[in-house]
Amino acid sequence: MKLQDMYQEIILDHYRNPHGRGLRDPFDAEVHHVNPTCGDEVTLRVKVEGDTLTDVSYEGQGCSISQASVSAMYDLVVGKSVPEALATGEDFVRLMQAKGDTSVADELEDSLEDAVAFAGVSKYPARVKCALMSWMALKDASARAWEPTEATTTGEPA
Amino acid sequence: MTVTASRSAAPSGAQGRAPLPLDVEAVRADFPILDRTVRDGKRLVYLDSGATSQKPRQVLDAERWFYENVNAAPHRGAHALAEEATEAYEQARATIASFIGAQSDEVVFTRNSTEAINLVAYAMSNAVTAKEPEFHRYAVGQGDEIVVTEMEHHANLIPWQQLCERTGATLRWLGLTDDGRLDLSDLDTVVNERTKLVTVTQQSNILGTMPPLAPIIERAHAVGALVMVDGAQSVPHQPVDVAALGADFLVFSGHKMLGPTGVGVLWGRSEVLDALPPFLTGGSMIEVVRMEGSTFAPPPQRFEAGVPMTAQVIGLAAACDYLTALGMDTVLAHEEALTGYALEQLQAIPGVRVIGPPDTVARGGAISFVVEGIHPHDVGQVLDDQGIAVRVGHHCAWPVVRRMGVPATTRATFYVHTGYDDVDALVEGVRHAQRFFGVDAVEEGA
Repeated sequence: MKLQDMYQEIILDHYRNPHGRGLRDPFDAEVHHVNPTCGDEVTLRVKVEGDTLTDVSYEGQGCSISQASVSAMYDLVVGKSVPEALATGEDFVRLMQAKGDTSVADELEDSLEDAVAFAGVSKYPARVKCALMSWMALKDASARAWEPTEATTTGEPA
Repeated sequence: MTVTASRSAAPSGAQGRAPLPLDVEAVRADFPILDRTVRDGKRLVYLDSGATSQKPRQVLDAERWFYENVNAAPHRGAHALAEEATEAYEQARATIASFIGAQSDEVVFTRNSTEAINLVAYAMSNAVTAKEPEFHRYAVGQGDEIVVTEMEHHANLIPWQQLCERTGATLRWLGLTDDGRLDLSDLDTVVNERTKLVTVTQQSNILGTMPPLAPIIERAHAVGALVMVDGAQSVPHQPVDVAALGADFLVFSGHKMLGPTGVGVLWGRSEVLDALPPFLTGGSMIEVVRMEGSTFAPPPQRFEAGVPMTAQVIGLAAACDYLTALGMDTVLAHEEALTGYALEQLQAIPGVRVIGPPDTVARGGAISFVVEGIHPHDVGQVLDDQGIAVRVGHHCAWPVVRRMGVPATTRATFYVHTGYDDVDALVEGVRHAQRFFGVDAVEEGA
């Protein structure tokens, strides 16, 4: 049944018991993103030391998909370098654009870990933006907190 | 000819399933889209007429008739088709005017309610710089005030915020009570000698509330202010007569009343329209054009620049005919019966809270609710999976959800093809959502 494809148990677990929730100090950048069509919102802070994303903290309100997405993102990106975290974000965008194509999910499983469970969301165009909101906030906050200097020139910050 | 329907006249709200005033099966047979299925063969339970209504065959046929037999630009040219198109267009205007008890020349066609509201807001700032002295009467500037309410759709809020930003005028508003009704306790201070225009919805698109318009209109006119009524959610669902209403403007959208998209109406009192400068300018709204400057046609042509949405206007007239044949009093009674039943059934589910008036007193068939432990989007998704179309989110009334202390709501809206079976599907769908998300054991009042 399609509905269960979207509401994977792992997503509902993240929704009910979010990981890393709450705004923490210190931080290097804070952003507030909203989804104007539905009113979902997230406030997200990043702490960067060197190139490493040492903390991502957040508060938000919204549907299960948007709130589970930020929790799964927290697990995935904290401890990674900023370029690695952004690359993971690009993989997540690809997953959201897959329109339910399971081969994309298979390919991205190593990169996205738990977050690959969001593959079912890509079949519901109206919900894709819910899943992407926190990743867009992360990209925005990272760009404010960190500049690709010296060694880390990984291309254009899109 | 009731304007603000007296809901308290009904003997009691909670008598369960009295026979519905409309023959639902006969009405449904007129709506081709209700034959289709969604989400793996499920019957379409369309409870989103408040966003846009479905169209009966009669409306679709009228548009097709126009394109297949008459199509030409009205009010231009002298050939046979042009004459017939002009005749059909103006006949449609007469039908639509008659539907709201208005004179034809007081009905201006716009794209929708949003554009109709913008037309007035822009005309009031254009009045500031108009070269014609007769267009200065409703000019707005510093020291003037515009009054809205906290329950308006964004379409009846943002144009006024923008008008105030353009002109230096001040925006004021009437607030809401905790149960989602309009708070009139400070009406006499909010609406005062500085007020230029008061604008208020006749039925909230999110709460269903039908505010008492008479005291607002009386106060506004006592201080010399204009009054606009947003009828987007009322004109489709209840009899509205502009003479009885007593406002200066009424706006509504064709697509919410069984008509096509792309056509809406600004009704304005003749002497008010006459004193307003144009909003959009161009062809067919002019009197004399010279390179140095131009003069403008009288209303309604002054406000209808360019070739109009002729087929849509004809479709909207067919929608008015359709509703008139059903009888707007009957439509109102039908929706009132459904609303009473749905309120009773939804509020009987533990964990469900209706956002807005809890009974049918002065409220229409837009029912917003929240389900304890499930976000409105997720409620909507589970309903959709069962073929039930509802709206979720802030419903273009963000200040309302903020005021009511919820992040968003799930909203069901009813219309002429809605039956008790649709309400039952909704209620069962909500229970299913509770089971799906494991919150069906939520205690009442948690």
